[in-house]
Amino acid sequence: MATTLAKAADGTEVAEHAARIEHVSKSFAGPAGQQLVLDDISIDVAPGEFVTLLGASGCGKSTLLNLVAGLDKPSAGTITTDGRPALMFQEHALFPWLTAGKNIELALRLRGVPKNDRREKAEALLELVRLKGAYGKRVHELSGGMRQRVAMARALAQESKLLLMDEPFAALDAITRDVLHDELTRIWEETGLSVLFVTHNVREAVRLAQRVILLSSRPGRIAREWTVGIPQPRRIEDAPVAELSVEITEVLRGEIRRHGQH
Amino acid sequence: MASTDTKSTDARGEDSSSSLAGLEAGLDALESSVTGRTPFRQTFTQKILPPLLAIAVVLAVWQGLVTFKIVDDPSRLPSPGAVWDVVHQSWLEGTLLGYIWTSVSRGLLGFLFALAIGTPLGLLVARVKFVRAAIGPILSGLQSLPSVAWVPPAVIWLGLNNQMMYAVILLGAVPSIANGLVSGVDQVPPLFLRAGRTMGATGMKGTWFITLPAALPGYVAGLKQGWAFSWRSLMAAEIIASFPDLGVGLGQLLENGRNASDMAMVFEAILLILVVGIAIDLLIFSPLERWVLRSRGLLVKG
Repeated sequence: MATTLAKAADGTEVAEHAARIEHVSKSFAGPAGQQLVLDDISIDVAPGEFVTLLGASGCGKSTLLNLVAGLDKPSAGTITTDGRPALMFQEHALFPWLTAGKNIELALRLRGVPKNDRREKAEALLELVRLKGAYGKRVHELSGGMRQRVAMARALAQESKLLLMDEPFAALDAITRDVLHDELTRIWEETGLSVLFVTHNVREAVRLAQRVILLSSRPGRIAREWTVGIPQPRRIEDAPVAELSVEITEVLRGEIRRHGQH
Repeated sequence: MASTDTKSTDARGEDSSSSLAGLEAGLDALESSVTGRTPFRQTFTQKILPPLLAIAVVLAVWQGLVTFKIVDDPSRLPSPGAVWDVVHQSWLEGTLLGYIWTSVSRGLLGFLFALAIGTPLGLLVARVKFVRAAIGPILSGLQSLPSVAWVPPAVIWLGLNNQMMYAVILLGAVPSIANGLVSGVDQVPPLFLRAGRTMGATGMKGTWFITLPAALPGYVAGLKQGWAFSWRSLMAAEIIASFPDLGVGLGQLLENGRNASDMAMVFEAILLILVVGIAIDLLIFSPLERWVLRSRGLLVKG
């Protein structure tokens, strides 16, 4: 994968973008011929930026994330990323035949980390997601929230510049989700990662992101974009978060309504 | 607001990080399930006692048939005591373990060959579309062919020797092992493969680190069935192709009993075949399967 590079002030080359999505379209063969899922999407994610992709069902947001992750190829347009991105799913996708710690070590091993360093790094990552002592736990012994935190630690083990998240908290209860929002914000600030976060939850998008991109449905197009200036740490029940959420929800509903008119 | 706390705990203040950690620890504790081993007493009354009772009932009925002269002909139905005497006698003569070892060593060695052939074959069928289309249906079909059908051709091709026995075991067990692995691979959740790919596990790495361990439950089920087929095939081969030079295994013992019209010996052989088959399963394959399932949280405790 090619990377857009620029000369920094001290002469070293730094990536200008964590991800650059340029005029990307994607269509699948459907029952009614070729079906356009994504139409001319262009998004730049700056290094260290937190962007959420927001949209109703059928906007192709998960498809777009798969394209960025390199799991699928766009029908048109180009995607460049700074290295291989890490991907987190709605399901934790932890391997049940490994312990929590060994799941993280597998990611380290596949990245080529020497055997002697893996255990220490895995323990450090577990501590980062506040799961010290969970190293030897089997996946089924962990709660939903703990599983997603181990999954987050495993994604971080890849040391990617970009973390892609596909509705990672959608299956969790509200209390756990709130806690994980706080955790994600803290880890994002500590690590300086770029995050591209997909959700259909407007408040979640506003709670987390620096930039919210709204996609329209069938085909997915960029409908509107908001920059969120509310300082972190935010809470999902904060008045400014709620106000912006109301505004975005109105636009989102308008987009959905269009599909009911013929 | 009445509070005994002297320090104000503003969620946004200095304490936000530690209060979040505390909240998280509380949630983790509330939502984690505590699992422990079941006590032996419970295992005994729920798992061990019922089959022992069933065996006792069968023995009682058997003894009753003889005692109350419902079947009054020892050449048709010997008493449990008579069968036990035959077993005891061959134990004293030192031949009992020889019978068992002859068959078990053949069976396990044949099974290991079947493992060495069935595993790569299963992987090939599971991963290569053309191979699957070509031999997949044949492999499933072979499972329903009684392995005793292979004994006559094996004798003609290889003669009356141990190679013939191994050939029959292979033809019985390889399809089971290969099919087990195929269904194991087929049932690997696509999510695991996608997660593996984003971590860089593609090609051989993907097979080794993701597909094979994920397919292990299906594979172990195939091994278990493969052993049952190995054992059955071997007994069929030993009964049909009994030849003095081959050494007396359990199948030959059964055939010898029939030739001598010694019903107690026939019963002895049948019981030994049953007990050995079950013992190998209980000692090797069942613990293996339970370990695989339990470590993945797939074993629901009753």
